[in-house]
Amino acid sequence: MSDLVKLTVEGREVEVPKGTMVLEAAKLAGILVPHYCYHPSLPVAGVCRMCLVEIEKQPKLAASCATPVAEGMVVKVQTAPAREARQAVLEFLLINHPLDCPICDQAGECELQDYVFQEGRSATRYDEYAKRFNPVEEFGDDVLYVPNRCILCTRCVRFMEHVADEAVLNVSERGDRAYIGIDEGHRLNHPWAGNVVDLCPVGSLISKDFLHKARAWDLDKTPSVCTGCTQGCNVTLETRDNTVLRVRPRTNERINRHFICDEGRLGYPWMNRADRLEAPMVRQDGRLVATDWERAFAAAARLAGGGSARGAVALVSPCASNEALAAVAALLTRLGGTGAFRVREGAEAPLAGIPNLALRKERAPNVHGALAAGMSRDWAGVAGRAAGAGLVIALDESLEGVALGSAGVLYLGTVLSDPARAHAAVVLPCCNAAEEEGSFTNRDGVVQAYWQAKAAPGMARPAAWVLSEIAERAPAGATA
Amino acid sequence: MGYPHPPHPKETPVLSKHFGEADARTYDGWVRRGGYKALEQALGMTREQVVDAVKASGLRGRGGAGFPTGLKWSFMPKEVTKPHYLCCNADESEPGTFKDREIMRWTPHALIEGCAIAAYAIGAEVTYIYIRGEFTDPWRVMETALAEAYAKGVVGPNAMGKGKRIDMHLHRGAGAYICGEETAMMNSIEGKRGNPRIKPPFPAQSGLFGCPTTINNVETLAAVPHILVNGADWYKTMCLGNPKSTGTKLLSVCGTIARPGNYELTLGFPLKDLLYDLAGGPLPGRRFKAVIPGGSSVPILTAEEADSTVLDYEGCVAAGTMLGSGGVIVMDDSCDMVYQTMRLAAFYAHESCAQCTQCREGTAWTTKILQRILAGQGQARDLDLLLDLADQMTGKTICVLSDSCAAPVVSAIRKFRPEFERYLTTGRQTA
Repeated sequence: MSDLVKLTVEGREVEVPKGTMVLEAAKLAGILVPHYCYHPSLPVAGVCRMCLVEIEKQPKLAASCATPVAEGMVVKVQTAPAREARQAVLEFLLINHPLDCPICDQAGECELQDYVFQEGRSATRYDEYAKRFNPVEEFGDDVLYVPNRCILCTRCVRFMEHVADEAVLNVSERGDRAYIGIDEGHRLNHPWAGNVVDLCPVGSLISKDFLHKARAWDLDKTPSVCTGCTQGCNVTLETRDNTVLRVRPRTNERINRHFICDEGRLGYPWMNRADRLEAPMVRQDGRLVATDWERAFAAAARLAGGGSARGAVALVSPCASNEALAAVAALLTRLGGTGAFRVREGAEAPLAGIPNLALRKERAPNVHGALAAGMSRDWAGVAGRAAGAGLVIALDESLEGVALGSAGVLYLGTVLSDPARAHAAVVLPCCNAAEEEGSFTNRDGVVQAYWQAKAAPGMARPAAWVLSEIAERAPAGATA
Repeated sequence: MGYPHPPHPKETPVLSKHFGEADARTYDGWVRRGGYKALEQALGMTREQVVDAVKASGLRGRGGAGFPTGLKWSFMPKEVTKPHYLCCNADESEPGTFKDREIMRWTPHALIEGCAIAAYAIGAEVTYIYIRGEFTDPWRVMETALAEAYAKGVVGPNAMGKGKRIDMHLHRGAGAYICGEETAMMNSIEGKRGNPRIKPPFPAQSGLFGCPTTINNVETLAAVPHILVNGADWYKTMCLGNPKSTGTKLLSVCGTIARPGNYELTLGFPLKDLLYDLAGGPLPGRRFKAVIPGGSSVPILTAEEADSTVLDYEGCVAAGTMLGSGGVIVMDDSCDMVYQTMRLAAFYAHESCAQCTQCREGTAWTTKILQRILAGQGQARDLDLLLDLADQMTGKTICVLSDSCAAPVVSAIRKFRPEFERYLTTGRQTA
């Protein structure tokens, strides 16, 4: 393994591939060198000078983000000169920083706060001078720029130039008058522009959607998978008081690196819908009447048994979990029937700088899971048979535009659609993706788990569980 | 010097020999003065022979750093797999320096010839001459001369009829000091913001447009033809001090002195003689107080220190400063050192490219402290604070702009501390 290099960081030996920067090697040794401008998915700028470390036999402190490793290198992070240099950088960064942490969205997850707390001076020597002031600017539909908080790390500029390939941001002016500028006549509305808010190490670029909504430390964070398209970007759902307040990317080197698109980022409000189905309902005398799960399951089992003679049709959502889809597939096998799904489409929006990363045309997370479960893309063909079928199972599918005739409709969903209100014999309330554990299969066949971020409303239960309960009660050997 | 007054007998006019002769600006006039012989000679040699000749001459970079020119050229790859580029640094933005301006104004063909030889030696087909935006007159002269050089076939697809392509472009700066830093200049030529780049990679590996590039100062390149025509040994013998500093250097003298101007001296010349003899000494009734020998970025010398300083790379280092670009800024006893220091710091604060934290914030903070001291509102701890900031601004950034701001501040406080303390104890001074 000649392309590995051995070095020592703070006394810990570590072996890394040739060409690795010292900062990354230190991470592997378990040591985080404080830094601002460096980001693993952006080209190295080496401008914040925060990551200065001492390297034996080198006369000057080295910027660890821009120094490649060498065999036998001895790196020291916590020596007096290195610590003093970083302390000086922090003091320099703070002289024009407003210290408005109490009203800043970034407070609590601010790298400036963190590192100043960790190794900064306790008081400034920059007294009696006015701080630099520039007014807040609206960069795009969701992004605000607060120049006073800016530390000019240029992560946003580099993201737009090298990753998004739409270089609308720049550093304007020079010296301590410098600020992040936006090209005249342009807006920061690239479909992936919201990432600059995550990239910003301080509260300078902030999301209007999240503005003053919550303090960072009050948020619960749950790993999840974006439901926006077939890409399957890893995200974190951030909740407070049983409400999703923010969606942020979760690092996955293979799928989405450190990024998500704005549609995925801002598309979460449906998870917080208030008009949810909260109790199972069974049709009695033409009206849907709320009931308990036992009675609802019995009704559903009767429906399944009765309809099996004429065959079943399942109309499913490509947003359902693999587990729910598998349960539907199992029911269909027993009852004899076919399933299909339809998927909403939109314009594809690639992120130019990252291979194989785009907001995909098919705007549902589990198209490939549905296909794997044997569901057909032939929506028109399968839905056309619904009127003649004995049983129609709707899984999180509104049934809008489907001719239902006299079929018995078993509706599993999060909200009650109009066709379901008119036709469904049994309505079962289910969790949405933020309320259950499950998995999606992305367009490359990667199966990814997501976790429950909030409680489901009322009696709503995960669809996979509901379907397995029905299967248990449905008459055995009801196969046609 | 040659212009506006005749050369002093102690000068060694090589580059400045034809300053003031309008005729020397034309192609014919230049050829009559022996021009383009060196280029013809160079194109008859191999690349290596040219590099070796420059190496043997001991010529060192005249832009400030004093790096051996031949050695720099030898860093360029031997095999030309990607285009090679030569950049001529004619940005001359160092305060106190105005030598390249005169070379371009009076002997534009000397620069074109030097560039062509250097381009050949490093295997470059394209040369960019990056001229400071404020240099309107030199720009016009260079434009005319280059057009003439193309018309005469000196440069172009078949330079001197020897079958070599040597193209030259003039590129005009837009007024940023930092674009005189070689990597910032490359960014500027590429059409980007003139920010210095991180080294490594060094320009000889990955420079302009990601290709191997050499950057040389105007004065350096203008000296090359003389070395080829007269021989490396001739050049090497022009040395009064340390044998590592050879040849002549243009010193731009300015400030409170009787005869400011450019003086061409053999390296190793005593600074004292330059100040008192060639440049005529202090103004009537005045005494010298301080001298900055190499442009505003180098440490300040007291008049006493200047008296014993030898003008070559090693001599200046021995005196605790640097030869730099050779911009000699003289201050007499009428100068307020606190004000002068503030003025320098303000320049760097204005010109910082804003990349590195220490430089962006440190230069501005330094200026604010000095302004407060000048306003009579300084505090006792301000001087130590200035020194501490200067320490944190030195050797920690991508380029040396912040070091350049710190060096004069530190030396001024060390050497003229009583002047600073007078402001701190008695408040604002009235003239």
